[in-house]
Amino acid sequence: MAADPFPHADSIPGRLINNLSRVVSAWGGVVVQGLTTLGDISLFTFQMFVWMFTTKPKRETLMPNFYAVGVLSLPVVALTGTFIGMVLAIQSYHQFKSIGMETRLGAVINMSLVRELGPVLAATMLAGRVGSAMAAVLGTMRVTEQIDALVSMGANPIHYLVVPRFLACMLLIPALTVMADFMGIVGGYFYSVIVLGIDHAQYLQKSRDFVGGFDLFSGVFKSVFFGATIAIVSCYRGFNCQPGADGVGRAATAAFVQSFVMILALDIVLNLFLDGVYFAIWPSGAKLF
Amino acid sequence: MDDTIIEQIVAPISKSSSPIVETVALSLKFGRQVVLKDISIQIPKGETVAIIGESGCGKTMLLKTLVGLVTPSAGKVIFDGQDIHTLNDREMTRLRKRFGFVFQNAALFDSMTINQNVGFPLRQHGVPRGRQAERMILDGLAEVGLPSDVALKKPSQLSGGMRKRVGLARALILQPDLLLYDEPTTGLDPIMSDVINELMLRTQKRYPVTSIIVTHDMHSARRVADRIIMLYPYSRLKPGESQILFDGPPDLLDTTQDRRVKQFVRGEAGERLMEMLTSRGHGDLETPNLHDSIAKKVTLEE
Repeated sequence: MAADPFPHADSIPGRLINNLSRVVSAWGGVVVQGLTTLGDISLFTFQMFVWMFTTKPKRETLMPNFYAVGVLSLPVVALTGTFIGMVLAIQSYHQFKSIGMETRLGAVINMSLVRELGPVLAATMLAGRVGSAMAAVLGTMRVTEQIDALVSMGANPIHYLVVPRFLACMLLIPALTVMADFMGIVGGYFYSVIVLGIDHAQYLQKSRDFVGGFDLFSGVFKSVFFGATIAIVSCYRGFNCQPGADGVGRAATAAFVQSFVMILALDIVLNLFLDGVYFAIWPSGAKLF
Repeated sequence: MDDTIIEQIVAPISKSSSPIVETVALSLKFGRQVVLKDISIQIPKGETVAIIGESGCGKTMLLKTLVGLVTPSAGKVIFDGQDIHTLNDREMTRLRKRFGFVFQNAALFDSMTINQNVGFPLRQHGVPRGRQAERMILDGLAEVGLPSDVALKKPSQLSGGMRKRVGLARALILQPDLLLYDEPTTGLDPIMSDVINELMLRTQKRYPVTSIIVTHDMHSARRVADRIIMLYPYSRLKPGESQILFDGPPDLLDTTQDRRVKQFVRGEAGERLMEMLTSRGHGDLETPNLHDSIAKKVTLEE
């Protein structure tokens, strides 16, 4: 049995010191673990970039990943994009109507979609649909010694497994984002104009006045970072999977949860950066009213 | 002979004097857990060595360390005169062409068909391509007794024995100098186990390969190996003892005096169950209250 690491006297100050030491030790453990994981992910990412820039990935490894990320994710991203556009119209309509500004609905819906909801939604769907699957596949490969088998036959697992997934996520998430934006715009237009009866020409005109190319660009720009994050977090979780079905399940869950948290945290940082760029170019900004 | 005396018998059967693979004071630790400590083995070219020992004694880790899948905490692994853990990635990749590894559960790639699995080393090392490669894959499958119609199936469509044979075909396709088998007969029926033994023997006869077989299966070890090495878990050794309890030809296993070797070879539990229970605080096996206390614990947990 392990000895008590804090064998203080039974006095009240002694117990207080004991408890305090345990709390500090527990938090210290969490900090050390966090820093170790951060260092590990950084090293993993660095190795991935080294392999990506020094050795061309094989077509046979690229194509299945491009297909899974780009083609198979498209329907679900399109569908959720449409729903989000419609929900935005439902949520905002009464507020805008109460001040007689319902024609501005298009501007709000489309701006929210292209700058924020399109990229975040596409990234969330990708993290859920592809990220967890990547962690589960790589985790199963780790547990069943398939990664060891790759190494034993002279293939580098980072080059063979991680680089193609990273490229697929990073290069194809902009297309998924544009699809989410487009279908959201269609959904919002459908509900606002066809169901709520807002004037078609005014709806489009206000959207055109308010939403510009930079807004579309900023959404797509952010999505590239989201895609890269999903691939790195998911592959890292898969590579460091614990043995057994429980280990694979945990890796898949951790891949989604951590990717999602990272996406939202990155979103804040990237928005601050992009706002800085926007106001540097257009100091007065766009006016909704 | 006293149990504490370590039985070290120099292998009389050596097909060649120069070792193809050698470990020098090899140690492996995971955190504070010592898995291997000061293992020094020399394996001459063309020899077939079986590494036996109970689960958790570090034999699979030793096998993985020999081909660079696991980095040792201390010591060296020398393959054909080169310390493999000092090689860079490119040199190691070149060297891996000379290794063939048969994994415990075959470790076939689920996403690939059987012919893609068997042809993976050919594609990876760029030799040969096209029709010649296809021919080699089909020949490789035929060598292990698999019909050509399995070539387009996925690993999940095959039985355990067939998967093991595909794993063997994949390991053999580049005709490696060193073949490593990790529990090749585990989980197979007796007939299929003997088929695998027979395939290992046929491979040895076909070309001068050096084989290292990690196994629990004493029948298999006696049948295919020229030399047997028994490892013992480091945590259960007496101070100063070597982890290698036996190193010699299979015939000498029957005359060994070491109680632990005899127990393993005969498959006798001896005092092991009592040791296990004692180490978990259940040393009262012989007391009738044990079953009651376990039953109470189960009831409380329910």
